Amino acid sequence: MLSVRDLGVAFGAVEPLSGVSFSVEKGETIGIVGESGSGKSLTAMSVMGLLPLIGGRITGGKIVFDGQDLTDLPERAYRKLRGGRIGLITQNPMTSLDPLKKIGPQVDDVARLHLGMDATQARARTVEILGTLRIPEPALICERYPHQMSGGMKQRIVIAMALAADPDVLIADEPTTALDVTVQAQIIRLLDDLVKQRNLALVLITHDMSVVAQTCDNVVVMYAGRAVEYGPVETIFDRPRHPYTQALIACIPRGLEETARLTGIEGTVPTVINYPKGCPFHPRCARAEAICATDPPDFSVEGDSAAACHFAEVAHAQPA
Amino acid sequence: MKASSMTARTLDTFARMSIGRAFASGIGMVAGGFLILLVLVAIFAPWIAPFDYAAQNLMNANAPPGWPHLLGTDEFGRDVLSRVIFGARTSLSVSATAIAISMAAGMTLGAAAGYFGGFFERAVMTVVDLTWSFPDILIALIFVAIIGPGLTSTTFAIAIAYLAQFTRLTRAQIVRLKRETFIEATVNLGANPSHILLRHLMPNAIAPVIVVGMLAIGDGIVLEATLGFFGLGAQPPTPSWGAMMSSGTAQLFLSPWVIIFPGVAVAVTVIAVNLFGDELIRALDIRDRLRGA
Repeated sequence: MLSVRDLGVAFGAVEPLSGVSFSVEKGETIGIVGESGSGKSLTAMSVMGLLPLIGGRITGGKIVFDGQDLTDLPERAYRKLRGGRIGLITQNPMTSLDPLKKIGPQVDDVARLHLGMDATQARARTVEILGTLRIPEPALICERYPHQMSGGMKQRIVIAMALAADPDVLIADEPTTALDVTVQAQIIRLLDDLVKQRNLALVLITHDMSVVAQTCDNVVVMYAGRAVEYGPVETIFDRPRHPYTQALIACIPRGLEETARLTGIEGTVPTVINYPKGCPFHPRCARAEAICATDPPDFSVEGDSAAACHFAEVAHAQPA
Repeated sequence: MKASSMTARTLDTFARMSIGRAFASGIGMVAGGFLILLVLVAIFAPWIAPFDYAAQNLMNANAPPGWPHLLGTDEFGRDVLSRVIFGARTSLSVSATAIAISMAAGMTLGAAAGYFGGFFERAVMTVVDLTWSFPDILIALIFVAIIGPGLTSTTFAIAIAYLAQFTRLTRAQIVRLKRETFIEATVNLGANPSHILLRHLMPNAIAPVIVVGMLAIGDGIVLEATLGFFGLGAQPPTPSWGAMMSSGTAQLFLSPWVIIFPGVAVAVTVIAVNLFGDELIRALDIRDRLRGA
């Protein structure tokens, strides 16, 4: 349904994104994981055609949606896709709704815009969608203003808006970051159900490996604007071959015994202007050797997964 | 139809939530009450005024306040009270019309400049800033000098004098709002620029513009009186507070009531407008958003 091939993005002279590839079919969920600053949101914005609006441009690769290359689609045509066939849920539901408009009209607008419905039809559809998102008393909610609602509820409204025009692809960019843990779980379960019920293709962007493990079919691990490992979720979790993936998995809190300690990854993602030479992860990598600082690694393919590491062939010792 | 019902709803909400709250305080009630009274007086002037504002009676010129001329008469024996009442019509209508024109034009220019940016924005803002570098009265005088004195030119002169304020304020609001997440979210839903601008940006930008407009009506009244004082506004016998004061200067010591009462009318009206405007700012809680102006 949606496939991104070797995508590169530049802002002026800096190139924060290069060589990102993934694809997702209907009824499937793909997870894009990585720390903050690894280029996940930028990937989402590229797919949505929002780069020109923020001063960026695509330098290479292809974004193919339903057989159509989107990389040089004009803005006017893109507007029909945005919200129409590709829905986007952003990180911050608290501020994603117009504070002066009631919930109903805001959701109605999407169906009116993309499906050409009149006010009555659109409202009927809004109520129906709010219902499927397990929002109690949808007709009443339509008359509320955003400030009268909780964060979890607002996020559901934002999801409702993304679904209102019945899109084929839904991109969820850290949909749960701003929510508390119990609500997070509800939202993730909701998205998972939607994929099955509506046969959606879901691109789930997150930094939470445990969310990926629960919901995704395939995973792309991103680091410093590059994909470093990809493959089916079982393979990636059972046998991660890139040290970064291993480190991310090691960060998932597990075990209830009192001795259990939370692990982290030392250091931070480099900023765009000082991406290191060679393998971008080498300064933080426990396994790094001389070659890692000089030569960027190629993908080493094994079955249906691949990892960009010079030592991917070697069975890495699982970090404890 | 969509847009008008939308505007009606926005205004309705605005009225219930903010203007109502502005009236709630003591000062707001007194100032707002006075303004409503003044508007009613202006509308019903022909029924309220005890005499014809233009009727001369040279036998009774410069009569001091008393009965039947409560505020006395001027040098032609015209009733000062009636002229002050009819003068409210001139002052309020000229100022309100001018500010309405100025607001409409300023909001359009400012919104377009803030939203589209680029060369258009720079061109508009340069011209607008240029007009702002002159005092209001000078711009108004230049304008009246070009197209000649009268109420129409006074109206347009005031409108142009305040255009910069509305343009700058609206632009500042739009530029700020444009970066808000909910506007980005609307872009993500595939909305076109006119939808974003008219349905989302403008309703969110309008509150401070309305308050500044309210306060500008006070300034407009002063400017109208000033132009009237110089003989560039309302032409005789149309009564205007400024023109009345101007003619009163000649008999300042002989019959001070001719200049005092229109002066008091201007002062009290402008004070009421400003006090009510301040209450409105408090009610809308937008003090920090007015800094862009």
